[in-house]
Order: sequence, then structure tokens, then C-alpha cells
Amino acid sequence: MRKNVGRDPVVVRGLTRNYGKTAALRGVDLEVRRGEVFALLGPNGAGKTTTVEILCGARGRTAGDVRVLGCDPAEDRRAWRARIGVVPQTTGAFPDLTVREVVRSFAAMYPAPLPVDRVLDMVGLAARRDTLTSTLSGGQQRRLDVAVGVVGDPELLFLDEPTTGLDPAARREAWELVRFFAARGTTTLLTTHYLDEAEELAERAAVIVAGQVVACGGLADLGGRGHRPATVAFRASGALAGRAMPAGLPGDARVDRDGDSVVVHTDTPTAALAALLPWAAAAGALELPELRVHRATLEEAYLDLIGVRNAAHPGDGTDTDGKERAA
Amino acid sequence: MMPASTTRPRGGGRPERPKGPDGRTAAPRTEPAPLRGGLWRACAARSSVELKGFFRNKQSLVFTLSFPLLLLVVFGAIFKGKAAGTDTDLRQMFMAGTIAAGVMSTAFSGLAISVAIERDTGLVRRLAGTPMPKSAYFVGKLVRVVVTTVLETALLMTVAIGVFGLPLPATGGRWFVLGWDLTLGTAACTLLGFAYSALIPNARSAAAVVTPVFMVMQFISGIFFPFHELPPWMQEIAAFFPLKWMAQGLRSVFLPDSFTAVEPAGTWELGRTALVLALWTGAGLVLTAATFRWRGPRVR
Repeated sequence: MRKNVGRDPVVVRGLTRNYGKTAALRGVDLEVRRGEVFALLGPNGAGKTTTVEILCGARGRTAGDVRVLGCDPAEDRRAWRARIGVVPQTTGAFPDLTVREVVRSFAAMYPAPLPVDRVLDMVGLAARRDTLTSTLSGGQQRRLDVAVGVVGDPELLFLDEPTTGLDPAARREAWELVRFFAARGTTTLLTTHYLDEAEELAERAAVIVAGQVVACGGLADLGGRGHRPATVAFRASGALAGRAMPAGLPGDARVDRDGDSVVVHTDTPTAALAALLPWAAAAGALELPELRVHRATLEEAYLDLIGVRNAAHPGDGTDTDGKERAA
Repeated sequence: MMPASTTRPRGGGRPERPKGPDGRTAAPRTEPAPLRGGLWRACAARSSVELKGFFRNKQSLVFTLSFPLLLLVVFGAIFKGKAAGTDTDLRQMFMAGTIAAGVMSTAFSGLAISVAIERDTGLVRRLAGTPMPKSAYFVGKLVRVVVTTVLETALLMTVAIGVFGLPLPATGGRWFVLGWDLTLGTAACTLLGFAYSALIPNARSAAAVVTPVFMVMQFISGIFFPFHELPPWMQEIAAFFPLKWMAQGLRSVFLPDSFTAVEPAGTWELGRTALVLALWTGAGLVLTAATFRWRGPRVR
């Protein structure tokens, strides 16, 4: 086991948050390790934003232990605030000010801020530094949010859906920004809907569904996808129709046949193919029709976790009860 | 666009620290001492933002400054002659009232609405996420209100003197009363504006929640009608609130002492005016401290 769990920048135990009779969070446990990028995944309304808001002290909690940089966020100490950066989910409006004036006014609140022009460079707003914020596009306003959140040079950064609403190029720039801070030693906790974003940026992730963590771990193995069998699928049509499967399939192979369609589940797909190809050739089929070899993607693991796949109505799993932003 | 810095920290290995944006190697951070200072810088930053907002938003600037002026011009056009039972020019009396109404308009109504808007646009939430000393937000607003009040009052007096030919305050003592009456009145209205913002659910309803209070106060406090002609029960209700006292203090500045003949108490009651305004300032401070929210369902 890892030591020094108590020193992790974010430690959450049994975090619960009720809105009236609705439980938005039901006993969330999390650790974010120093210097890592940690992604919080989950459907809308699962409790991601509530979690982040509690961790950065923007919301109270009903029960549970929360330590962020060694402090309870509810205490809201100034010295603690100076060490964290927050980019909320909603886009802010700063009327009658230029981009640079907004960032400068926030930099003035921190003991050791990054240089304002440097931050504008980093978020890609350098060319618009002297324009009024009201003339920015939606994506540019989102970048301004990020600039305001990071100008204090945080040790721990909370990003709540930082790339929602950005075009693909701007998303990549936002990713570069996350990597810049990660390389600087900043710990980052980000929520996102985009699984590619999590795979691209994060070392570890947790999936929250209906206020509970259903999986937590390294991205490569989230939801046990490293241990899930691969599948070899093809169509047993023509000469192959009705033929019994070859005897040489690996011992763990499980075969699903549905009419023509054949799916072989196995941990050793190469061995399965080694048995299938001579079997097909013997029947006169040099090509296995529609052959696909497939390993579980993050998306599949995720959809399994949130209960969307195999559900009678695919929408059911995404509409969880706790409303994320309920009063 | 991006600093050429980023090795990807994967697999637990920590990357080498890159050069910081200032060119120095970013030093490992040490545990910070409790944060002190920075109040002045934060107040200056917030005040600068508030004043830029005030002077750059031309519609709001013109409307704010012209509201009491408009009142004065309309009253000056409707009411001619002397206030009933006195030989004081009615327009002189209305000038005292419109200055007070202007203070309440900016310090109370305008301020409460701006707080509601800033809760909706995300500014309050973002400021709460920084180490800003909370008082800096209030100081910034107060600076804006004070600058507005001074400009407004100067403009009104200029018009009243230049266009209507009304006299300037006659003695140093009256200038002194003008100073403390405006100071205390502005402080009371500002703090009550912060406190009242707790009753505003969102920016869309802000004007609807604030304006009736402002209108009723103007009617019962002797802004729209001569105070001494209002029914006594209305005068008594108005005497609980600051606007009546602020206006009365201003009458003592601009009107001849003979006008006290129609004042309810028969005197200017300057001591009581100062006391009531000071009490409301204190009450506003306590209410603001108790009700102002930096987070919660209304802060978006």
C-alpha cells in the first residue's frame, strides 16, 4: 500500500451532500495524489460539480471528511485560497473591462501571481488583450475563465468542464495548458464529459454515478478494462454456415452464436485466430467475413460503469436523480 | 501560443521542473505562512474595476447622473412659488430632497441591483474563489458610490444655482452639515443596499424587488411632496427610515432657518439626524455581515 495518503493534496472520505431529501452525493471517497492530473467522469447530474464545489469551498457538505491541501475547505482561509485555482463550470461575464484588466484585477488578489501577459499568452488571448470582454466569442470567454482561475499560480487546480463549448483547436490548447501546469508540479482535478480528454490528460480517474464512486483507478485499467476479455467477431456465412467451431480454440474461449454472427470471447485472441484461420481455410473460406478483433475501450468500460449499455432504454442511466445544481 | 515546456508526467515519474514564466526555475513551494496584507492592493484593484465600470458604461453613467437632475427640473417646472406656510422657494426645498433621492438611488437601489447581477454573472463566485480579503469587494462598491454621490451633488448644485438662481449654503457650518449628512446618509444607504441584496432572488427580478422600496421611501420621506404637508402617520413611519433624515439634514443646509416653523419638530433636529443615520449605518453593517452570501444557490 502507498504511504503518506494523509499528505495527498485531496483526501475525501464518506462525502455526503443532501439537497432536501435528495442525496446528491452518497459517501464519496477520493484521493488525488500530488502532481497528478485526476479526472472525474460521470453523466450529467451524477455529482461531479457538487464534488468539485465542495472541494474548493464553494459549497457546504452534509457529512464526511474533506482535506484539501491539509485544510478543511469549509474554513475558507485566505492562505489556503492563495494555493488553489478554480475554474467553475459556468462562464463568467466581466462587463466594461478589457481582457487584460480582468485578469490583472484577479492577479492583484494573489501573493505571487503569474505575469498577466504570460497567462493571456497561455490561454490564447494575447491578441485580444485590449478588447472589451463583451465582444469575446463564447470560446474566448471560456479561455478568460481559465486565465482568471490560473493567474494565482495554483498548487492545486480545479477545472470543472474546462473545454465544454470549445472548438477542437481550442480544446487542444486547453490541454496544453493543463500539461503546462502538470509539468510545473501543479495537481489538477478536472471534470469532463469527454473520455478522450481524460485519456489524453489524466493519470487516474474516478467515475461517479448517482452520487457514488463506481470506479477509481489508473486510466489504463478503469472499470477493469485491462482484465476484460477481447472479442473476435466474424460472420459464419457461405461455406462456414452451420459448421461446428474448431476444437483448437483457447481454453477460456466462450462462443456466442446468433444466426450467422459469431463472437468469441477470450483473453488470448491471437491463439483464437490461430485456430480459426485453418478451420475456415479447410472449409474453403480464405477470408473470415467481417472479421473484427476488439479490446475494450475506455468508452465501453465507462458506459458499462454508468449502466447505459445493455439497458432497455439507453437514456435511463444518464438521468440520475440528484440534480447537480439543485438549490 | 504555449510555453515549450511540457514533458508528460505519466507512470508516476515526476517531470523536471520547467523554467517558470519569469525565467527562474520554479522553486519547490514551501508551506505558506498565514496570508497577511494585500488588503490595500485588493481594495485598489476592486475600486479601479468599479470606477471603470461606472465611467465606461455611458448609458448607466448618463442615467445615474441625470435621474436626480430630471427630478429637479420637473419639480422646478411644476411647482412655482413658495412652500406652504413659508416664504421659501419650493424649488430650493426640492433640491434638498433630490440630492437625498440621488444618494439613495445610487447607494441603495443601484448597489443592490449590481450585487444581484454580479451574483448571476459569476463575479461573486470567482472573487470568493480568490484569497481576496472579503472587505475589498465592499470597499470597491463604496468607492463607486462615493464618487457618484459627489459628482451627482455637484451637478445638482451647479444646475440649481446656475439655472434656478438658488443660493449656495451660507455659512461654513452649513457646508459642514452637508459633509456629514451626505457621508452618513451614503454609508447607511450603501450598507443597507448590501443587506437588502440578500432579498433579491436573481438579476432579472432585481429592479422589481428594489424599486418599490425606493419609490415608497421617496413618497413618504418628503422627496416628491413637501414633508410638512404629509399626513402625520406617514411622517411617523418615514421617521423610522434614513431617507427622511438625510433629506431633513439637507434642508437645514439649503433652506433658511425660518423654514423650521413647518418642520414637524420645529427645529432641524441635527443631533437626532446624525444619530438615526449612524444607527442605520451600524444596523446595515450588522445585517450585511449576517446575510451576505459568497456561495449558495443564488451565487452562480
